[in-house]
Amino acid sequence: MSEHQPLGSKLLTKPFLFFATLALIGFAIIAYRFVFGIGAVSNLNDGYPWGIWIVFDVMVGTAFGCAGYAMALTVYVLNKGEYHPLVRPAVLAGLFGYTLAGMAVMVDLGRYWQFYTLLLPWYMQPNSVMFEVAVCVMAYTAILWIEFSPAFLERFGFKNLRQKLSKILFVIIAIGVLLPTMHQSSLGTMAVVFGHQLSTLWQTQLLPLLFLLSALMMGYAIVPFEGILASMGFRRVSETPLLGKLSRFMFVVLISYLVIRIGDLTLRGAWGYAFEGTLDAFMFWVEMALFVVPVFILLNKSNQTNTRMIFISALCLLAAGTVYRMNVYLIGYHPGSDWSYYPSMAELMITIGMFSFEVVLYLIFVKRLPVLHRAEAT
Amino acid sequence: MKRREFLKAATVGAGAATAACAGNAHAIMRDPLEMPPQAVGMLYDSTLCIGCKACMVACKQANDVPVEHAGMDDLMYDTPLDISGSTYNVIKAYRNGTMEQKDREIDGFAFMKSHCLHCVDPSCISACPVSAMEKDAETGIVRHYPDRCIGCRYCVAGCPFGVPKYQYNDAFGEIAKCQFCSHLQAKGQMPACCDVCPTGASLFGNMDDIVAEAKRRLDAKPGDTYVFPRGKLGEDRPPHEATIPEYQPNMYGDNELGGTQVVYLSGVPFDKLGLPTEVPDYGYAAITEGIQHTLYQWLALPFILLTGLTFAVRKNTQQEHKGEEGKEAAKEDVS
Repeated sequence: MSEHQPLGSKLLTKPFLFFATLALIGFAIIAYRFVFGIGAVSNLNDGYPWGIWIVFDVMVGTAFGCAGYAMALTVYVLNKGEYHPLVRPAVLAGLFGYTLAGMAVMVDLGRYWQFYTLLLPWYMQPNSVMFEVAVCVMAYTAILWIEFSPAFLERFGFKNLRQKLSKILFVIIAIGVLLPTMHQSSLGTMAVVFGHQLSTLWQTQLLPLLFLLSALMMGYAIVPFEGILASMGFRRVSETPLLGKLSRFMFVVLISYLVIRIGDLTLRGAWGYAFEGTLDAFMFWVEMALFVVPVFILLNKSNQTNTRMIFISALCLLAAGTVYRMNVYLIGYHPGSDWSYYPSMAELMITIGMFSFEVVLYLIFVKRLPVLHRAEAT
Repeated sequence: MKRREFLKAATVGAGAATAACAGNAHAIMRDPLEMPPQAVGMLYDSTLCIGCKACMVACKQANDVPVEHAGMDDLMYDTPLDISGSTYNVIKAYRNGTMEQKDREIDGFAFMKSHCLHCVDPSCISACPVSAMEKDAETGIVRHYPDRCIGCRYCVAGCPFGVPKYQYNDAFGEIAKCQFCSHLQAKGQMPACCDVCPTGASLFGNMDDIVAEAKRRLDAKPGDTYVFPRGKLGEDRPPHEATIPEYQPNMYGDNELGGTQVVYLSGVPFDKLGLPTEVPDYGYAAITEGIQHTLYQWLALPFILLTGLTFAVRKNTQQEHKGEEGKEAAKEDVS
C-alpha cells in the first residue's frame, strides 16, 4: 500500500466552482484570441512583444514549478530522505506550473500551427537560447508527467507497470534535475541579447546564474507555501517541523543569490542607477527588499519553527522572484519611448483563467489521487 | 559539513564566480561574425534626403503590402508612423526649435529612413529557434521565412534596432521586415527604395563601394562641390552635383553592434535620428552565443552533469531501499 492517499473529500465545493468559472471565462477568451488574433485580446505591441503571458505564465510560472526540481535535488541528489513526504506534492506543483506554461506559450505564439518546426532537424537552430528553452521545457514537462505517473498507477491499480517504472525511475529523476538546471538558467540568458535595451540594473552575463538560483529558491519556497495552505485548507496535520528544516536549503540558495547579485552590481558599477528617480530604481528596491527581508526572518532560528514566519518568508521569496523576472522582462526593458505596455483586461483574464484552471486541477488531483502524504506516515 | 561552513563555502564560491564573469564581456564572447565578401549594402545620407517618401511608396508596391492609416485622416494615401507589420520602411523627421535649417541639431530638422540594417552579426538570427531568420552567405541579406516561423517574437524583442514587427491584428499574422528586395535583386535589379530615390539619399551598391563612398564624403571639405551618384554605385545613372554638408565626423554602421550593411551619414547626431549610439562594437549575439557555447558545446557539460546525477540518484535510492525494509517499494521512487 502506498504511503500517499487521496483526501477523498467532496469535489464540488465553493472554491472549486469559483475557480472553475474563472477558468471557463479564460478559455472563452482564448477561443476568441484564436479566431481574431493576438491584437484582439491583448495590448501586446511591437515594442513589448512579450507581455504577462510570457513573463508571468512562463517565466514566473515555471519558476513556481521548480518545486519538483528543488525537492528532487534535495532528496535524491543531496540524499535527504527525510523530506520524502514533500516530494509528490512538489512534483504535482511542477507538473501544473510547466503544463500551464506550455499552454500559455501556445496562446502567445503568433504562428502556433507551425510549432512542429522546432523538432525538424533541418530547421533547428542550436545557437538560439529560445531553442534550448523550448526543447528543454517540452522534455521536462514530459519527465514531470512520468515522475507523477505513480500516483495514477497506484490509484488505478497498475501494480506491474508501477514496479517496472520504479526500476528505471532513477534515470528519469536524474534527467528531471538536469533539464531545469539547463532551461531555468537559459531563461536568464535569453535577456542577455537585449543588450542596451535592458537597464544596467539587470543586464549582466550572470543573468543565467541569477535566474537559476532564483528559480531554485522559488522552488524551495513553493513547498512550504503550498504545504501550509494545504494543511490549513484541508485541516491536515501541520508539516511545520519538516518545512522549517527545509527552509535552511532555501536560505542557502537565497544567500548565494544575494552575494552574486550584489557582487555583480558592484563590479559593474551599476549602483548609481539604483538612486535615480525612475520606475526602474523604485522597482529595483522593491525587488531587493523582498529578497532581503526573508534573510532577517530566517537568520533567527526560532522563526524556523514558526509556521507564520516560514509562510511569510516563503511568500516574500515567491514575490521577490516574481518581481525580479518582471523587472528583467518588462520594467527594465526599454524598447524606446514610443512604446508602452499594460496588460488588457482580456489578457489578464486569460492568465487568471489559466491559474484558476491550475487550482481546479490541484483540487481534483489531491482529492482523487494519492498525492498528499498519509498523516501517520509523516 | 556544518551549516556555517557550508554557508561560508557557498558565499566564497559565489563571490569568486561573480568576480570571474561580471563586467568582462570578452572573456566569454564568441568570435564576432565577419562581413561576407560579396556583401551588398546601402548608404542612407540623411543630408541628401528631401523627405518625398517615394521610397515608402515604392517599397509598398514592390513588396505588395497594404497601405496604413495612422491617426484620423483616412483620406491620405498611406500614413504609417513607424515600420510595422505592413510597413517595411518609413521616413521620419527630427525636429528641433524653430526648425530653420535642414541638418542642424539646434533649431533645425533632419530626415531619417528606418528599416532593417542587415547586421553583420544579427541578434534576430541568433534569437530565432527555427532558422526563420537567415543571413545569405554571399550577399549578407538578412531574410525572414514565414513558412518556418512559430511566431514567438523573440526577434521582435531582441533586435537592437526594433526592426522585425508582427501582425497582431491577424489571427494568422506574420513577422514582417525589409528583405532588401531580395526578389528584385535575384532579377538583377536594385532594392525599390534606392531605385526611386531622386537624390541618391538611399544608395545601393557592393559593401566595399558603399563604405568607400561614405568615407569619400566624410573626407571632402564642407562647402566643396561633390558629384553624388544615384541608384546603384557603379551603374551609369546620371549623378547630380551639390555641396558637401557639415557631416557628423563618422558614419553609423561601420562598427556599431558588429557593423551593419546599411550605413548612415548625417548632419545631426545619430541618436537624434533614433539610432542607438551607446553600443559596443560587437553584436549582442556574440555574448549570448558565447554563454551557450561555453555551457553546451557538444553537450559535454550537460552529459557530465547527467552522469553524475544518475550515479547519485541511483546510489541514494538504493541506500533507502536497503536501509528501510518494508517501505522500499514506495521509498525507492520519486513520489
